[in-house]
Amino acid sequence: MFVAKSIAADHKDLIHDVSYDFHGRRMATCSSDQSVKVWDKGDDGEWHCTASWKTHSGSVWRVTWAHPEFGQVLASCSFDRTAAVWEEIVGESNDKQRGQSHWIKRTTLVDSRTSVTDVKFAPKHMGLMLTTCSADGVVRIYEAPDVMNLSQWSLQHEISCKLSCSCISWNPSSSRAHPPMIAVGSDDSNVTYSGKVQIYEYNENTRKYAKAETLMTVTDPVHDIAFAPNLGRSFHVLAIATKDVRIFKLIPMRRESANSSGPTKFEVQVMAQFDSHNSQVWRVSWNITSTLLASSGDDGCVRLWKANYMDNWKCTGILRGDGSPVNGSGHAAALSAVGVPAAAQMVVGAASAGRKKAQLMPG
Amino acid sequence: MEEVDVEPSTTLIPSAGFHRKHLGFEWGPGDLLVYETNYKLQGPRSAGSPFVHIVRRDEDICSPILRKLFNESHLIFVGLQKIKEDIPSKNKKSQFVSISKNYRSVIRACMEELQQNAADRVFVLFSVSTQNAGSLLLHLLDWVRLHKSDVDARAREVLQSDSPAQHQSYWDVVISLVLQGRTDEARQVLSKQASLREESSSVFKSMDGLLQTMPIFNPTGTQTLTEFEVKWRHWHEECDRCLQENTFASNRHLETICKILVGDEDTLLEQKELLSTWYHFLVTRLLFTHPTIKPPDLHYYAQSSMNMFLGPRASPEPLDIILLSAFEFDLHQVIKDCSIALNNWWFVAHLTDLLDHCKLLQSHNLHFGSNLREFLVLEYASGLFTHHSLWQLAVDYFDHCPEFGRVYLELQIERVPLDTERKAIKVLRICEDRQMSEQVRSICKIMAKRALRNNRLGSALSWSIRAKDAAFATLISERFLQDYSNKGSFTDLDLLDNLGPAMLLSDRLTFLGKYREFHRLYGEKRFSEAARLLLSLMTAKIAPRSLWMTLLTDALPLLEQKEVIFSVDQTYELMSCLEELNSGTKDSNLTDQDEDIESTKTELLRLALARNLTMAIVKEGTIET
Repeated sequence: MFVAKSIAADHKDLIHDVSYDFHGRRMATCSSDQSVKVWDKGDDGEWHCTASWKTHSGSVWRVTWAHPEFGQVLASCSFDRTAAVWEEIVGESNDKQRGQSHWIKRTTLVDSRTSVTDVKFAPKHMGLMLTTCSADGVVRIYEAPDVMNLSQWSLQHEISCKLSCSCISWNPSSSRAHPPMIAVGSDDSNVTYSGKVQIYEYNENTRKYAKAETLMTVTDPVHDIAFAPNLGRSFHVLAIATKDVRIFKLIPMRRESANSSGPTKFEVQVMAQFDSHNSQVWRVSWNITSTLLASSGDDGCVRLWKANYMDNWKCTGILRGDGSPVNGSGHAAALSAVGVPAAAQMVVGAASAGRKKAQLMPG
Repeated sequence: MEEVDVEPSTTLIPSAGFHRKHLGFEWGPGDLLVYETNYKLQGPRSAGSPFVHIVRRDEDICSPILRKLFNESHLIFVGLQKIKEDIPSKNKKSQFVSISKNYRSVIRACMEELQQNAADRVFVLFSVSTQNAGSLLLHLLDWVRLHKSDVDARAREVLQSDSPAQHQSYWDVVISLVLQGRTDEARQVLSKQASLREESSSVFKSMDGLLQTMPIFNPTGTQTLTEFEVKWRHWHEECDRCLQENTFASNRHLETICKILVGDEDTLLEQKELLSTWYHFLVTRLLFTHPTIKPPDLHYYAQSSMNMFLGPRASPEPLDIILLSAFEFDLHQVIKDCSIALNNWWFVAHLTDLLDHCKLLQSHNLHFGSNLREFLVLEYASGLFTHHSLWQLAVDYFDHCPEFGRVYLELQIERVPLDTERKAIKVLRICEDRQMSEQVRSICKIMAKRALRNNRLGSALSWSIRAKDAAFATLISERFLQDYSNKGSFTDLDLLDNLGPAMLLSDRLTFLGKYREFHRLYGEKRFSEAARLLLSLMTAKIAPRSLWMTLLTDALPLLEQKEVIFSVDQTYELMSCLEELNSGTKDSNLTDQDEDIESTKTELLRLALARNLTMAIVKEGTIET
């Protein structure tokens, strides 16, 4: 592998998330500088920043695109305890000439009492639904009943997980063979509730989400979680970023009777476990065909994992920083622009685990 | 045999990792985005490196050479799939071999840029595997000759020089030719030497004799293998005798050549530089010691040849191991090893596909029920999908993966960027041809939404119709109507006039179409038809209540024509519509001013309807004389 291109993202602080849109032609970046930037790939193959605006009053942790069927829509979540939905509006002609576009806030979701750690749209076959999870241990599922009016969102479900939540992942499968399913990971260091991954399933009869499974073998804090795209399999595959990379196979078990209510029971198997990072793993993500899993760890590396046709997993590539310092103006400019908010965000004491809880409120 | 264990390569990201932070990433179409971040936010704060890096795999499928390879092999692949099952196996075999040749020529055309030498060699071995003893060696020699093309160049250089015999590469060329079993050519070059030195001509004559009499097996000839073996042994003994009698003692080069002819291993190993690879060494060794080698015995010699050539210290490269497997005709192992060692799926996928068609591959049964060939073809095609034009080739590959091809295609075709209407239609046609209705709907919806955002109502409407999206069609129809009431005219007349049965997708769309038709009829002065249509819009409840006032107001010019258009019955119907409208609950949102306007309109209509009624009664009561 090689670095084909480097784009100067121009954020004044750390980038926390980067998200491609569905077709890979647009990109959104979010940062501790409280802003989101949107980049468009031109016909020349070059990336141009077409929008940059302040989105929150705290670090922006994640940014994600809605399916293009719903238009050009972004959601962001932040340390400032809110999540927000943004829509691009077709600008004036002179804006178009300058290559700029405008994004306006459609709604702010203020239900969380703590930092909102993840925001994800549900699979499109469920409609326009947004899900957040927070350090307060609650997963919230919102719906926009009228997809033409993105300022109206209603809180449809509140799932109380009893543990501080760090990440969520929807099962992308739209098969009618199984109901909507969401996995929640927790980075809580609480030892009473030892299973740090919970899986909830939607019940058509009660119209509620019920817990289907807790992965009891995952006892360390979980930082990221990702269902693999389902390619005609009868079972589900879930990757977890914890003290190592773990891939679970969830096999739905046949119900005893056709009428049995309650969530599906699963047989849980470990497909693979990698501790090559030798440290905490912070992110896991599948490629589109679920043939490659990428993970990022405390060792400062990104590793790529692949299964051969016999289902033996191997690391097929490593990405690592070359350890060279940033040169030039970037450094100096950052120091002056950082100012008070960053100072306030300086971590006091190394005791607190997890990035999101450790940060103090900005002034 | 142990699986090839290739260490994963490490790619360094510039200006990252200085403060020992983390690397964030995001999967993209065909690439990976990487950026420096910190998941813990502990430790020193600095802006770090606010760069986003795009990382790609080494084989750049954007290279024109690779594109050519992919395009041409695609044709071969599709052709192969079409070879019918019921052809007799003899013909099939030759067809497969010819397809293998086709792949090879395609590879060769791209060889220098690709360095797919290993791929080519294995393809050759495939056709070699169908050979028998005797001809096996001939094919191996062929193979070696193809890959040592530098010998020809050097030979040409020597022969074209002023005095070839004095050329510094002279003896290298002769020996190289002998090593490849090209005795006639070796003799030709040797003759340049012989003509110079008369006194040593007898020595050269002897060598020439040996080279000339070296038996070469002719598979199409009448000679049996046994007869050949006898002859060959005879000749071998003759060479050996020359050595024992020191025939060539006066010329060390000729002595070397004689030792080669006898198959002396040490001498062969001394020619390492000229041989350059262990498999050349293998073939040469076989040529001069076991020319009638049978395929099953090949791997013994292969392993020992490799060990001898590489020596005790050197360890084999992954490609060497692949070739060893190939010499064992252990095809599974070859594919396994290639999958890991070669980054590009091209070779493995096409080879396996070919093998599968020849039924040479007893596939393992994978846990999700597919087979190895399909697994590899899927991998290859998925890689193609990220390319802006090669993705269309991938479609054919997916089509020929019976188990998972469809679901892979469904997943990936949705991601093809719909840059232009033309491209969208291309993608759509592929989906429509395969009855991928959800993908069709989704793509049309995306295009409709995009058009609506840019206020291109006509385009949005066509896409909604194609998506069979009634709800969106309704929405866009309302926009059209809104536009009409704001501007007083319709846009996209062509589209609206030619909706046809698509009009029935949604009630509002039907109304829109019919309403436009009313205006058209009116414009063409076909008043009675227009009148009838207008009335039916209300009475058949096609028009929404909210628009009845508009429709009734549209009726006014028809009511005020000099001739009577609405009949008595029709007028009564209009009147009852008006009353029905007024008897409904008043819209509380109307301002006083609006209410005034509404009541004025109602009065006007009542008056016009009453007048029309009287005229109609008179008209219908009058007997035409």
